[in-house]
Order: sequence, then C-alpha cells, then structure tokens
Amino acid sequence: MNNIFVYIEIEEGKVADVSLELLTKGRELASTLGVGLDAVVLGEKLAGIEKELAKYGADTVWVADDKTFAPFRTLPHTAVLCGLIEQEKPQIVLFGATCIGRDFAPRVSSALHSGLTADCTQLVIGDHKDPKTGKEYTDLLYQIRPAFGGNIIATIVNPDCRPQMATVREGVMRKEYAAQPGRGEVRAIDWKKFVKDTDLAVRIVERQIEERKIDIKGAGIIVAGGYGMGSKENFKLVHELADVLGGEVGASRAAVDAGFTDHARQVGQTGVTVRPKLYIACGISGQIQHTAGMDQSSMVISINSDPEAPICKLADYAITGDVNDIIPKMIKYYKQNSK
Amino acid sequence: MKNQLKIVVLAKQVPDTRNVGKDAMTPEGTVNRAALPAIFNPEDLNALEMALSLKDRVEGATVHILTMGPQRAADIIRDAMFRGADGGYLLSGREFAGSDTLATSYALSCALRKIGPDIIIAGRQAIDGDTAQVGPQVAEKLALPQVTYAEEIVEIKDASLVIKRRLSSGTEVVECPVPAVVTVNASAPECRPRNAKRVMKFKCALAGSEIAAAPDSEAAQRAVAKPYLQIVEFAAADVDPDPRQLGLSGSPTKVKKIENVVFQAKEAKRLTAADEDINSLMVELIASHTLG
Repeated sequence: MNNIFVYIEIEEGKVADVSLELLTKGRELASTLGVGLDAVVLGEKLAGIEKELAKYGADTVWVADDKTFAPFRTLPHTAVLCGLIEQEKPQIVLFGATCIGRDFAPRVSSALHSGLTADCTQLVIGDHKDPKTGKEYTDLLYQIRPAFGGNIIATIVNPDCRPQMATVREGVMRKEYAAQPGRGEVRAIDWKKFVKDTDLAVRIVERQIEERKIDIKGAGIIVAGGYGMGSKENFKLVHELADVLGGEVGASRAAVDAGFTDHARQVGQTGVTVRPKLYIACGISGQIQHTAGMDQSSMVISINSDPEAPICKLADYAITGDVNDIIPKMIKYYKQNSK
Repeated sequence: MKNQLKIVVLAKQVPDTRNVGKDAMTPEGTVNRAALPAIFNPEDLNALEMALSLKDRVEGATVHILTMGPQRAADIIRDAMFRGADGGYLLSGREFAGSDTLATSYALSCALRKIGPDIIIAGRQAIDGDTAQVGPQVAEKLALPQVTYAEEIVEIKDASLVIKRRLSSGTEVVECPVPAVVTVNASAPECRPRNAKRVMKFKCALAGSEIAAAPDSEAAQRAVAKPYLQIVEFAAADVDPDPRQLGLSGSPTKVKKIENVVFQAKEAKRLTAADEDINSLMVELIASHTLG
C-alpha cells in the first residue's frame, strides 16, 4: 500500500530514457520507505513491456493498452491516472519533465488537489517540522529544484496532500538496472470506467515526427561554444575540435540566441543536462544557467579570454587566451600526440 | 467562430532572471531582487500575439489581459494595450500572497468565471518559476480542454480551433473545441511592437487602486472620465473564492528550505595559449585516456 508510482512514457514504441531513470530513483526511494514500486503505462501494443520495467525494479506494472492512449492526449491520460491514483493511493507519483509529463501532470495535480514540483534535480526522503504549527512529519519526499533562473535551490515538501508529485528532466538522474529485479507483475487498468466521452473532445489531425538528429546527452566528450566565439563562422572551430576528439558540440544559451547554432545543442537550465567525462567550454563565461547543465562533468576545460570568468572556478584546467588561437593549437597537438 | 469572441490572455509580470549580472547578486551571494527589472513574461508576449492575430481574423473579437500581482503589475496590462489589447483585469490582494501554482490557478479560475471568456491563451511558462503548471491547472479548474505548446492557430472553425503544437519530437496538429485553454511556446511568432498612437491613447489607463492612490492627478481624472482607460481591478472578494483555497493555505507545496547558489571555488590549473602549454595538456589528456 501507498507505493511509489512512476509514469512510464512511450516514445515511438520504446520506453523513454527518463522513465527508466525515474524507475531507478523510484527503486531507491521505495527501498528507503519499505514500499513497492509501481510502473504505470498508458499506450498501445504494450505486450511484454513489463520485462524491461522489471529490470529497473518495477514490482507492479499497471497497463492500459488501447488506441485511445496513443498518441498521447491530455484528457484521457489525466482521467485514467487520476482514477488509478484514487484507487491505489500511492504516496509518491513521478513523471518525466517532458512535453507529455509537463502537459498532464499539472492537470492531475489540480484534479486531485495535491502539490506538484516541476523539474526536480534531487529527490530525497526526510522528515519535516512545520515551522508555524510545530507539527512533525516523517518520511516526506524532499523535492529539490533550482528556481529563480537557477540562482537559488529550493527544497519543496507536500506535508498534507497526497500523492506527493514531482517531474524530473531527462538526463538528470542515473539509469541503472536494479540490484534485485522487480517482480514485473502486470495488472490491467480498468480504464473504461475512468474515461468519459468528453475526454475525447480533442482530435489529433496530423503528427510529424522529426528524428532527433542531434543528441548530445549521451556524449562522452562535449566541446561547447559560447557567445565568446564571436560569430557563426568562428563557431565552426568548435565543430572541428569536436570532430577531431570524437565528441559532440554543445552551446550556451547566448550562443544559441545569437544564432551560432541549433537549440538542440543548448546545455543548461533551459537546454539539456549533460555529464560527459570531458567538457571543453570555449568562450563560455559560465552563468549559473549554463553550469547547472554541465557541472557534473568529470573534467572541465575552459578557454576564455577573461581569467576571472565564473567558468574558471568550475574548471580543472583554465586556459586564458583567444579561442580562435587556442582551438587550432589543440587540434594540432592532439593530432601530433595521438599518433 | 462567433462574433464578439472574447479572448483572455493570462500574463505575469516577472523579475528578469535571464540577465542576472554582477549587481544582481549581493556580496553574500544572494539574489538582489531589487536590481532585477520587472518585465512582461516573455512567453506571455507570444500568447498576446496569438490572441491579437486571432482578433485580426475574427471580426468583433476582443482581447483582454488577466494578471494576478501587486498594483505595479498593471504595467503589463498597459503594455499589452499599447500593443493592441482592448483592456485588462488586475487580480490583486494580500489573500493571494504565498500562492503556489495550484492556489494561483484557483484564483485565476475564479476571476475567469467572472469574465466568461471563449478562449484563454497563456504563455507556456514564466521565467521566474519555469513550472509550466498554471495553464493546465486553470484548464482543469474550469473543466476545459487544453492545448499546450501551441505555435500557430492554423484554422478557425465554427466551434473549434485547429492548432499546431511544437513538441520535442516534432509537431502535432490538433482540433480542439472552444472554450479552451491554449498555452503558447516561445517558438510562436513574437509579439508586435507598441503602437505609438495606442501609447498616446492608453498611457493614462489605470487600475482602480492606482486611481484611488492619486485621485487628483491628471491621469486619474482622465481615467475616471473615460471608461476605456479603466483597468478592472478585482480584489479577492470580487471573484467569490473559497478562502481556504487561496494563498498559503491553498498551496499544498511548502518551501522547506532555500539555498543560494554560490560557486564553489576549486583550484583550476591555469594555462596560457602558449604552444608548450597546449601541447602538454594534450599529452596529459591522452596519457590519462580522457582523450582517444
């Protein structure tokens, strides 16, 4: 009873990475609380889906398998999830902070009148004492997230309302097989009793799926360029270095806003979160909005003309100088030494 | 679409967190909110543009702003009027202080019940919270369908809108009956600029409490004389709320702790652009198998 729910998102017939990351975290939280971990899947042609989810620790896999649920539409998803939550009374529900999770999780929270914290970067179980009433709570979910443009880190709790709900962005948490696989027991959701005709009011006319061409999340080496690259022309140097080193190209928001490169490459609070083994920041000053997306990198090299730029404080190696001079030298000496 | 289509844009005045410069942080490393300018939330401007373009296409349609905030939030209503909005509503009061997204959505939904719009358009999210929750929650409170991440209204039908949405994996076109709540992405068209004639016409538009604060001023006298210059101001009691659902008591989420982000100083190895520095760095990285 009062298990942890993870909403499982299906992307083109495959379980989204963020859902597996949430199961990994959910498994840890469920062990701390001594409760079960339930995966909830709404979609179409889901036979066998429990096998993968069990590897990540799911004990129960709730399934609504019908064309009503694919492609995703807000109202039927909301109705089914609300119905299932009222039926099973989980204490925690986790969603990916994706186009889908950010669309319907708020609606679920409103319908159930319970709190939802967006874009959490950490989830921890802990106790809480209300500063006004002195009332004490044990084993709440601490929902930790950056706020105010990333300048503060807030810890949010939902003391009185259940379930406690949170969304987490893709790539923020680790994805790992559970030490002990879950049971993966499939239970069908009796969804027809939850969905009303009015929930089908929005009609999908057309969908155009564009392949995600650029995917820097999984890259081991990222060479990122900022506004300090100076121009779109100079930004090509970033690509050259990335090509030579076998890495991907990232960018700061300023570089994307200036049109140097594509938004899909943006690292940071409004872009993607990365944790490569090597991050080379070229002409990036290191505003908190950017560093929030890369400060988990194993090693950081910064190239900046300003020795006082904030990025230098994060860097393992801070090279002071002109990017247009230094990047070609890095390419040259890498080639010389790697042979 | 019917005549006299009533469009309401939900908008928020926010501190400009995008340009947090040196003076925006205190010496202790905390945010100096006073140093951040208050601006029209960027995606709410995209929402305003979508509303205005709908007004251009539907004869007799009107566009009004609804914002919740302190008195100075009337600034964004005036700004919207300069850009083409017909007027606005300011929802203001101490009862709303400390609202989380759910309490905010509840308060806005009470005001919207009073206003009775056909279409509600909002920015996807505000830059001070980045939650993207208020639009969907308002829709739920009013039992309306929602279309999030809208980029373009493709077609206006008798009782529905055909809307193109921007998703991370591509685009989707949906047909949604009205009334409905639409949230607009930053990738939608930018808002039209302020119009000089409209600035002259509406610069004295004032909310009730602004008039009351300086009743003898020239601006207040003009606003009193001309109804189109009056920004409707709602206090909590005007929108018939359940008081338990407002402000802190209506907010399930509580802030337990706030930490300011302070850069942790780590000693970086300093290098110059000299050939020998770059060469030895590359040798080191290759030797440690970080590269190659």
